[in-house]
Amino acid sequence: MPLIQEIDYGTPPTVAQTLVSLEIDGKPVTVPAGTSIMRAAVDAGVQVPKLCATDSVKAFGSCRLCLVEIDGRRGTPASCTTLAEPGMKVRTQTPKLAKLRRGVMELYISDHPLDCLTCAANGNCELQDMAGVVGLREVRYGYEGANHIKSTKDESNPYFTFDPGKCIVCSRCVRACEEVQGTFALTIDGRGFASVVSAGNKDFIDSECVSCGACVQACPTATLMEKSVIAKGQGEHSVITTCAYCGVGCTFKAEMQGNEVVRMVPFKDGKANHGHSCVKGRFSWGYATHKDRMLKPMIRARITDPWREVTWDEAIGYAAGEFKRIQAKYGRDSIGGITSSRCTNEETYLVQKMVRAAFGNNNVDTCARVCHSPTGYGLNATFGTSAGTQDFDSVEDADVIVVIGANPTDAHPVFASQMKRRLREGAHLIVIDPRRIDLIKTPHVQADYHLPLRPGTNVAVINAISHVVVTEGLVDEPYVAERCDTKAFDLWRNFIAEERNSPEALETLTGVPAADVRAAARLYATGGNAAIYYGLGVTEHSQGSTMVMGMANLAMATGNIGKRGVGVNPLRGQNNVQGSCDMGSFPHEFSGYRHVSTDAVREMFEEAWNVTLQGEPGLRIPNMLDAAVEGTFMGLYVQGEDIAQSDPNTHHVTSGLGAMECVVVQDLFLNETASYAHVFLPGSSFLEKDGTFTNAERRLGMVRKAIPPMAGLADWEVTMALSKALGYEMHYNHPSEIMDEIARLTPTFAGVSFKKLDEVGSLQWPCNANAPEGTPIMHIGKFVRGKGRFMITEFVPTEERTSGRFPLILTTGRILSQYNVGAQTKRTENNVWHAEDILDIHPFDAEHRGIRDGDRVELSSRAGKTSLHARITERIQPGVVYTTFHHAVSGANVVTTDFTDWATGCPEYKVTAVQVRPVKKESEWQEHYRETKRITTQIMSEASAGD
Amino acid sequence: MVHNANQIALYFASFPREEAIDGVLNHIQKFWERRMKDQLLAYVGQGGTGLHELVLEAVKRMPVSA
Repeated sequence: MPLIQEIDYGTPPTVAQTLVSLEIDGKPVTVPAGTSIMRAAVDAGVQVPKLCATDSVKAFGSCRLCLVEIDGRRGTPASCTTLAEPGMKVRTQTPKLAKLRRGVMELYISDHPLDCLTCAANGNCELQDMAGVVGLREVRYGYEGANHIKSTKDESNPYFTFDPGKCIVCSRCVRACEEVQGTFALTIDGRGFASVVSAGNKDFIDSECVSCGACVQACPTATLMEKSVIAKGQGEHSVITTCAYCGVGCTFKAEMQGNEVVRMVPFKDGKANHGHSCVKGRFSWGYATHKDRMLKPMIRARITDPWREVTWDEAIGYAAGEFKRIQAKYGRDSIGGITSSRCTNEETYLVQKMVRAAFGNNNVDTCARVCHSPTGYGLNATFGTSAGTQDFDSVEDADVIVVIGANPTDAHPVFASQMKRRLREGAHLIVIDPRRIDLIKTPHVQADYHLPLRPGTNVAVINAISHVVVTEGLVDEPYVAERCDTKAFDLWRNFIAEERNSPEALETLTGVPAADVRAAARLYATGGNAAIYYGLGVTEHSQGSTMVMGMANLAMATGNIGKRGVGVNPLRGQNNVQGSCDMGSFPHEFSGYRHVSTDAVREMFEEAWNVTLQGEPGLRIPNMLDAAVEGTFMGLYVQGEDIAQSDPNTHHVTSGLGAMECVVVQDLFLNETASYAHVFLPGSSFLEKDGTFTNAERRLGMVRKAIPPMAGLADWEVTMALSKALGYEMHYNHPSEIMDEIARLTPTFAGVSFKKLDEVGSLQWPCNANAPEGTPIMHIGKFVRGKGRFMITEFVPTEERTSGRFPLILTTGRILSQYNVGAQTKRTENNVWHAEDILDIHPFDAEHRGIRDGDRVELSSRAGKTSLHARITERIQPGVVYTTFHHAVSGANVVTTDFTDWATGCPEYKVTAVQVRPVKKESEWQEHYRETKRITTQIMSEASAGD
Repeated sequence: MVHNANQIALYFASFPREEAIDGVLNHIQKFWERRMKDQLLAYVGQGGTGLHELVLEAVKRMPVSA
């Protein structure tokens, strides 16, 4: 499609039900009460000249260009700040207005460089446009007076420049930073002619700026401009697609020059992001064409051999031959596959289908195993479906927001901006987290309560909160009586009311003052609509599933499920975690969460796929690795995941991979898992494929091919080829046909198709005859399982205990600028912000160990040792240390253990007993890692390959 | 395997006894792969040392062919 220029209405929409009718330039128009004249004019087909107004931020009324005349009123009010009223007659073009506007433009242009032809915004500059619109022909003041034209350009940010010489001080950037992003990094310094946009008197790179791009997008000139546009010029066509980073699932316009991306611009009609973005989606897409991309299939007999580049046919044939050989020798169950939460629904569905139909077993799992599998278990057990209850926009109606074990400003930044906006409007905030996350105190946001619990005591804290609700008479009795299984409720009520679950009884264990727990519980139960948002700080524990059920219990007990503004909402880590789970990636269930042992379901798939299927659950990822070490699981197909870096206890993972006879990795890069692979199949980035991602709010968004697959084949075509070589042929001509099959076989997706998605933009499942336009809010009137089920949530301490040898608790997480194993972001300029993983340690613990800020320290646990540089900070409580796992050489998962959630096997990343001490050099593991990486990533030169 | 089975038992231990045994049984039936189930059955056959008594009860009710 051609380059998409979205309509800018000048001011944001209103949601008033009352309508007002008026006339603008003689044209009748009816708009909701509260609409500006400027916006009403656009509805009437009239463009009022403007510079300081844009519809992502509130009206400001500073540029004096949008003046209008209104019959019966004196003066020339600004149309952006004047609201439409019934019967108004507005004139936007009069000789008086023309003269005023020309005068304004003369002033602007007298302090603006006249370099339009060589300017990066040429043809896409609102100042230039307005000069044309008002008919500017001369600047009576000349250009020689005092001006800002030679101001120093700030090029410190890796992705955009700030050129004060082109700034018209319209404040759009400042307001976007405040109102859209909520960071308040920008301000206007000085007064009058001396007014300048300032990032706190610092370069952008050293400022509070989080590089979300909202300011760049809001800028009407070339003052804030993408470096990619400066380097390449502007795009000539757009492709609407969905971001491939976190679970927010932002919609973007990829602006293209032929097959080259010029920039990614957040799409205003994106229903998850409403035109906003973060540094990753907006700017960090350069990895797609990074020199590290592997574009040729490769094979090798042993992992110590150099890779040999081969044709697609040879690689597929070799992989299929090896899998067949292994199955002949070790049995049908000796191979399996791992689907990817970074790939599309269609690709994921195809991999699990290949495993079940072509491999002939249910040995398929996905990386959700190590992140949100407890969400699926817990919400299914209590509500009847394995997904969050709300859409993101629901937060706009929340009165009390509870954030548990999540750090949205870093990990889900675009939703965090929406949440912060609601908090600035007055919603209350409770944060339950061992760390002082940024959300606790951020501009104009202050948490009412921060419950800094000890890692591993989530269930004790949620039980204590529920204890207060039950014992202080705060249960929504009519809701529970009508909506929930009362027998299960009575059982739970008796359990939770026991004194041992009181905040006072648990205070010593959790470290959270009982009075704060009581106050937070009262606020949650009585403060209006209360919504829980949570992340991996909930799930990645030995009681992850119990905690999810504990939150569901609390929400049901207070009537906070089944309407806007409430709910239990998982913030998904990767772009398609929800989708990969929906698509039947777990070894025990088909798409739509239907168990493989259910005869009717299995028979339906058998008939559709024309194959006999197993009715027993297959192996989970940890089981695959165990079985490999035991010698019974010998072949693995891994699409788009890097278990050697992301999964816990690296020694165990690499031992399992190393024991296998054929590991097939399909990825963009030679990742850590590829070091143990025998076949490498080049993967495609999100820019190279058609399909869908499903975000954390169950929303399916279209991924559209912007450039052809760089390695020649799309990922779904590679899976089809491998399946065919194994003897099970699939017949799809396009990913849309895969979605059609998913819809035929999955009741919750019955109404989904690419055609429908093209028409409406996105859909939230369930989408079927009962909900043809999808389901933004679940469990309205009735839970999916019928009656909501309260589950007993006994606190069982983790077996991972601190000791004299390992006295600290390590908890791991992520940061804004990097993503997961870093495969994408570490191949971008984001390394400017986070070039290595750092160990955060409290000053008390650091001093006790003689550790200074920046020292290299050894981090050791019962599982292994690594080393990192230390950062001394009070963001972390005494006794706890924190790091990220974005860089492989850091070896964060060398240290994490095999302890897992009791229900799902999700690793307990968040609690590892460790010791920290200063060291001078890297750990043995790190030295071994570097050497292994050197050996296992060698590629045979073409000359030697021909020998 | 023993550790994992006991973790499941510890979760269900607070439920009424019959519900607890059913809970353990259903969980193992629904989520464990054949190899682990076989290992559990064999281990119980050898005495089941260290297994939570809810697991032992659940295994008694586990269909042999399941």
